[in-house]
Amino acid sequence: MGTAAAEKSSPEGDIITIDHLKKSFGGHEVLKDISLKLAKGENLVIMGKSGTGKSVLIKCIVRLIEPDAGEIKILGKDVLKLNADELNDVRKKIGFLFQSAALYDSMTVRENLEFPLREVRKKNEEIEQMVEEALKNVGLLDVIDKMPSELSGGMRKRIGLARTLILRPEVILYDEPNTGLDPITTREISKLIVELKDKYQTSSIIITHDSECARITANRIMIINEGLCVAEGTYEELEKSEDEFVSSFFTKQD
Amino acid sequence: MKKDATVLEENGEEAKKQASKFSIAYLSERLDDFFGQVDTFTRFTLRFFKEAFMPPYEVNEFLKQCYLVGNKSLPLVGLTALIMGLVFTMQSRPTLTKFGAQSWLPAMVAIAMIREISPVITALICAGKVGSGIGAELASMRVTEQIDAMEVSGNRPFKYLVVTRVMAITLMVPLLAIFSDSISLLGSFIGVNLQGDTTAKLFLSHIFEKLDFIDVFPAIIKTFFFGFAIGIISCYKGYNSNSGTEGVGRAANTSVVQASLTIFIIDMLAVQVANFFT
Ligand SMILES: Nc1ncnc2c1ncn2[C@@H]1O[C@H](COP(=O)(O)OP(=O)(O)O)[C@@H](O)[C@H]1O
Ligand SMILES: [Mg+2]
Repeated sequence: MGTAAAEKSSPEGDIITIDHLKKSFGGHEVLKDISLKLAKGENLVIMGKSGTGKSVLIKCIVRLIEPDAGEIKILGKDVLKLNADELNDVRKKIGFLFQSAALYDSMTVRENLEFPLREVRKKNEEIEQMVEEALKNVGLLDVIDKMPSELSGGMRKRIGLARTLILRPEVILYDEPNTGLDPITTREISKLIVELKDKYQTSSIIITHDSECARITANRIMIINEGLCVAEGTYEELEKSEDEFVSSFFTKQD
Repeated sequence: MKKDATVLEENGEEAKKQASKFSIAYLSERLDDFFGQVDTFTRFTLRFFKEAFMPPYEVNEFLKQCYLVGNKSLPLVGLTALIMGLVFTMQSRPTLTKFGAQSWLPAMVAIAMIREISPVITALICAGKVGSGIGAELASMRVTEQIDAMEVSGNRPFKYLVVTRVMAITLMVPLLAIFSDSISLLGSFIGVNLQGDTTAKLFLSHIFEKLDFIDVFPAIIKTFFFGFAIGIISCYKGYNSNSGTEGVGRAANTSVVQASLTIFIIDMLAVQVANFFT
């Protein structure tokens, strides 16, 4: 294992490094050449038009989609070279909030939250406690016995977030956590993301179209267009950008 | 001018598309597609056997699925079996009477029911009720990213969703078929008694005098294969569905159609195999 030394030396450094990632579907090049780094304790916001491959990018990180070329390292592990069991171990350290929340329709909220814990050997009371704490974190303890179909869009997203948090991930990937929600819920979720980061010292990648969400959550912003990274910087830097495309993400459309 | 040119071009494209339906290229594309499907289906089936024997076992989910399969199809299977037994008896009576073989009626109906009608009807009902349900359920879980969500949380959706369902149906179809056998005999008993008078004891002794091990055993064995076919086909269609909401309907539909067809094919092979051994 030549990488053992490298694995040890990185814990304080970057949590995720992506190098020259490429992915096409058929003839359609979605990701042309993407490289990025996520530092420990950092919130990286990724912005870009619909259909530019933002979801594809973070799905590649957890290998829900196999990239064509490039390298992805998470917590020092070369994700693309792992076998199924090793990959599962890495995945347990990563939380993934889906654009659609992806709650399990046939299960209650409680069962949804218990599901990721099935392979964790713990006593029932302990699991009960973890479920309740996760729900408290998102302020939805009272819906514990409801079915997902009884919840509003914002509640579903928050339950999805609670389910993501229950394994205490070191990294969280948010796919449009506040698309399709009203402005107030949007702001609540953005604040929740920051709170959770402070509480559990997680590092996150957040995909969003919403400039306010970016303002609240981002330590750093990356803008992707046509499969390439076109701008990178803090909110203040990018907001003032001369580039028309970049600044278009930050102008309020009324 | 320019406009005309594009129109012409479009017509050309259209004509090409029409022609290509009969061309060798089109044919080979379809063949590729077909063998691609066969390939992924084979992998899917092999993966089932691999994961089925690997711990941890999802016992609770398996039992829940068994319950659901039974619960969904029991009333329909029972009612159909009762009617089939009754009607088949009434239909056969005139012919048998003509040949003076009326005393054969219970045994003949029982043999036909147990060997052929009951297993096939049960399997078809399960394909319609359970197969379409599984196809649609897994496809909608795929579309709404629930399967992906299970995967990224480090759980094994294939084992949890596919293995449990396939095993549950493989076990439940034979049980339902046995249930159907008994109910169809009840139907036949009613049919016999509609004209004439037979005690249950006499009716049963008529049957068991003529009924052989070879009538019952292969019939039950083949229902395991029916169940497995329904399970693996509908899980395959649902789990690999990948084209949005319309894919959900398509998965449900093709699950039923292909499972039903496969049931008849297995049935045909089963007859050959059973005859080989007698
Ligand atoms: N599984 C897939 N198969 C084929 N094309 C895909 C697949 N997933 C995504 N795409 C294509 O990749 C492009 C980017 O999609 P996506 O990452 O979902 O965009 P967004 O940036 O809005 O999240 C789209 O054009 C989409 O059609
Ligand atoms: Mg997306």
